[in-house]
Amino acid sequence: MSILDALLTGAIAGGVYGLLALGFALQYGIARILNLAYGEGVVLAGITTALLYQGLSLSPLIALFVLPSLFALGNFLLHRLLFLPLVGRTLALDGEKEGRLILLTFGLSFLIQGFLAAELGGQLFSYSYLGQGVSLGATTVALNRLLAFGVALALVALAHLVFTCTRLGIAVRALSREPEESLLVGIPATRLSTWAFALGGGVGAAAGVLLSTFHALTPASGPEFTLKALVVVILGD
Amino acid sequence: MKTRRSFLVQGVAAAASLLAASQAQTRTVRIGYSISKTGPYATGAGITTLPNYRLWVEEVNAAGGLKLATGSARISVVEYDDRSSPEEAIRNIERLITQDKVDFALPPWGTAMNLAVAPVFARHGYPQVAVTNLSEKTPELVRRWPSYFSLLGLPSQYAEALALLLRNLVAGGRIGRRVAVVHTDDEFGLELSGAFRRAAQKEGLELVYFQGYPAGFSDFQSLLNAVKGRSPDAFVAFSYPAETLALPEAAAVVGFNPAVFFLGVGTAFPIFRQRYGANAEGIMGLGGVVPNQAWRTYLERHRAVTNQEPDRWASPVTYVSLQALRVAIERIGKIDRFQIIRLLRQETFDTLLGPLQLEGNVFRSNWLIGQWQGGEFVALMPERPGALAPRVPKPTWNR
Repeated sequence: MSILDALLTGAIAGGVYGLLALGFALQYGIARILNLAYGEGVVLAGITTALLYQGLSLSPLIALFVLPSLFALGNFLLHRLLFLPLVGRTLALDGEKEGRLILLTFGLSFLIQGFLAAELGGQLFSYSYLGQGVSLGATTVALNRLLAFGVALALVALAHLVFTCTRLGIAVRALSREPEESLLVGIPATRLSTWAFALGGGVGAAAGVLLSTFHALTPASGPEFTLKALVVVILGD
Repeated sequence: MKTRRSFLVQGVAAAASLLAASQAQTRTVRIGYSISKTGPYATGAGITTLPNYRLWVEEVNAAGGLKLATGSARISVVEYDDRSSPEEAIRNIERLITQDKVDFALPPWGTAMNLAVAPVFARHGYPQVAVTNLSEKTPELVRRWPSYFSLLGLPSQYAEALALLLRNLVAGGRIGRRVAVVHTDDEFGLELSGAFRRAAQKEGLELVYFQGYPAGFSDFQSLLNAVKGRSPDAFVAFSYPAETLALPEAAAVVGFNPAVFFLGVGTAFPIFRQRYGANAEGIMGLGGVVPNQAWRTYLERHRAVTNQEPDRWASPVTYVSLQALRVAIERIGKIDRFQIIRLLRQETFDTLLGPLQLEGNVFRSNWLIGQWQGGEFVALMPERPGALAPRVPKPTWNR
């Protein structure tokens, strides 16, 4: 009984962290940017969801469609205007450039945290949404966690399908493995990496929206999520 | 000629006296603080401490400033962010005292932070009228740092009050004696659960479950399923805010609804009621308020000035600490920190929470245990005028 419980809660937490890590992996693995401000994006999306739900009674399910697209757009611009000039058109990264990029994302993380602290202070964001239990055989699970798990699984599966079965996916994988050689075979590397970075930001926002339905968030929780995503990516590599 | 000159002299003298008067009027008292505006402590500081500092400064200045022997002095504020780092807090307090030359420094949020900066306050002879420093060792520390105050009481007081409350309920035949305890695995959780274990044994309660969990834990379903298996009459969690917010939902999911449901830090936060609404009803926690006129006035002012509600445990106590500091400064009538510390140690102050006395630098008469009743977190313990009777059993979770 308790082992089944532990397995189930573990699997559900794993699903959401998988989604969290997927966004991070897209940005690091393909766009080659170790985005230390990733967690701040997750938290920003989660807090926005909480504020929309409390202020306008906007369902987190709607937020799940709206916010990831907005965040993807934001990340798109961020990559184009901020990161790409540093990386350069050939996407060749040496240690020095990588160091600068990491510092840049680190600074960005502080900037967003400072902005959140100034605007929201040290509040906690938490709300009740689909908190009722669902019986799963011998045990019960809260509906919001089950929903998060389902959406996370669907998105991860979709990403897997795209990467293994489409020409675009093959191009992306080629880019992630051999960025310089991929340029030789005509893969539009810069454009693709911008899209991957944007997509990563969108996926992170989706994870944030889902997390906010059952996890209390504060403006200071960003680094925690960056760290969790980083750990999953490193372990899964 | 002569009259014209004397007229001139008179004019200059008048102008000088006017200037002197206006200088006396614009004399300011500099107050500085270092507080966690970013980092993990920002939540606690942002809910409990910072709003009260701002409210107090605003109120004192609106009343014309602190009344000193030389006239009124408005408060000017120097505010630093310590980014939840004790090293940064120490540097900030040191800088406030030696470079900014503040007349008083207000303490940071949290036990660890207050302990970190205590030697700096003590070395410079500044009073540290701290609230959010909850430790059993406070009386010992006071002997080392006579300027160190603690207004929230001692952890054992809370644990003993809770055990006594449960004993009374058992004696009244309203619950059985089976108690389950979970606690967050850090200083706070260990100290409180340890003290509670001793008190519960003394009061003849039966501990049927006793388990720690790592700080920041959020998946409580399986833990609560295990607790539910022991069918306790009372559930006690010495938890932190994020965990406190997660526990009732998990309990409702697994259908765990004991007669007494007690949670730790965060139960008294406005967000707890906001999130759980009617489901908060009957949940117990640390702190509690007496919803009298003084409280309602404070609540209104807090809401008006800071745009948020106070928490129902440490917020009013933080405000009270500043009320006492103000009275002490005004009674001495000048910035004599040595005398002010001495006065704080001896005097009884009239405050929002009634008469306040710091016995051995600790305020021991705070409200200890509260319960959400009719949308307010009311005080249950200690049993004295103002405390309400506990509502037990707590209502079932409604979906």
